[in-house]
Amino acid sequence: MEISLAPETIAYLGSFPITNTFFITIIISLLIIITSFLLQRKINLIPKGFQNILEWILENLLELIDGVTKNREQTRKFFPVVATIFIFVILSNWIEIVPGLGTIGLKHFQEGKEGIIPFIRSNSADLNMTLALSLVVVILVQFIGITALGVKKYTGKFLVSPLKKPYFVGTFVGALEIISEFAKIISFSFRLFGNIFAGEVLLTVALTLVPYFLPLPFLLLEIFVGFIQALVFAMLALVFMKIATEHH
Amino acid sequence: MVNETKAVVEGALNNVESAKAIGAAISIGMGAIGSGIGIGLLASKALEAIGRNPEAASKIQTVMILAIAFTEAIAIYALVVALIIKFV
Repeated sequence: MEISLAPETIAYLGSFPITNTFFITIIISLLIIITSFLLQRKINLIPKGFQNILEWILENLLELIDGVTKNREQTRKFFPVVATIFIFVILSNWIEIVPGLGTIGLKHFQEGKEGIIPFIRSNSADLNMTLALSLVVVILVQFIGITALGVKKYTGKFLVSPLKKPYFVGTFVGALEIISEFAKIISFSFRLFGNIFAGEVLLTVALTLVPYFLPLPFLLLEIFVGFIQALVFAMLALVFMKIATEHH
Repeated sequence: MVNETKAVVEGALNNVESAKAIGAAISIGMGAIGSGIGIGLLASKALEAIGRNPEAASKIQTVMILAIAFTEAIAIYALVVALIIKFV
């Protein structure tokens, strides 16, 4: 039973290491792209079957986002990013429940002992992916704030002049806001990474101890945690976007 | 008896592997305390609010889940530190 914080490389493309999580990321992205492409070809006015399920998911997401923004115009602007984040993260989180986690893989020899490089490892358990996603979200929030309020007003939230009303307290709070933007990057990435990686360790250990039936509660817990973490990531991104477009 | 205890503790602290294990255990143990209390407080207030106003149940539930994720994140940071100590 090998547990490593960093993802393991399974192949090299020239000198670029392809890790198992990168492989899974590509599979999930292709899945989303190909599904939406195929669905877009023949859309029925009265949905049935698979199209029905997807429409139900998207309608619920739309209502959820409406509940936060309370403004249909703004919901339409934010919906693509938030819904994509939700669908991508929830699929990435649920990959770890697929049978084969940590067991199916390539053999490799390390320090004389035989080990295994698993094929399936959730790509949310890779700090590269969560950090990249959180950087994208935080930088996107800055851009959304600038487009909504204009450069002067938006930077005016962070760099408050000490000669105006709240005097030095205002400058201090503005500096604190800048620091909290960086803290958001860290907290976004580590929240998702910690939850999913800890879940994988838990599943690996539980399956090592008792392989049949007893790990079922842990699998159910992981389904729930995967859903909640995806929801939290998307909702937090949405809330930060909404706050960025509001006046002080 | 005191000398034997001293020898055991010194042995444990001089051995890197055991020091790592102790460090990881203490990190996640202490980290989970605050988070557990926080989530308990949140859930109790949310249940109270739902009891007073059952119609707003779904709104309260949404905000509660968001707040619980924030609080749980602190315990997750402690867990990540524990994992780094143990495995890196």
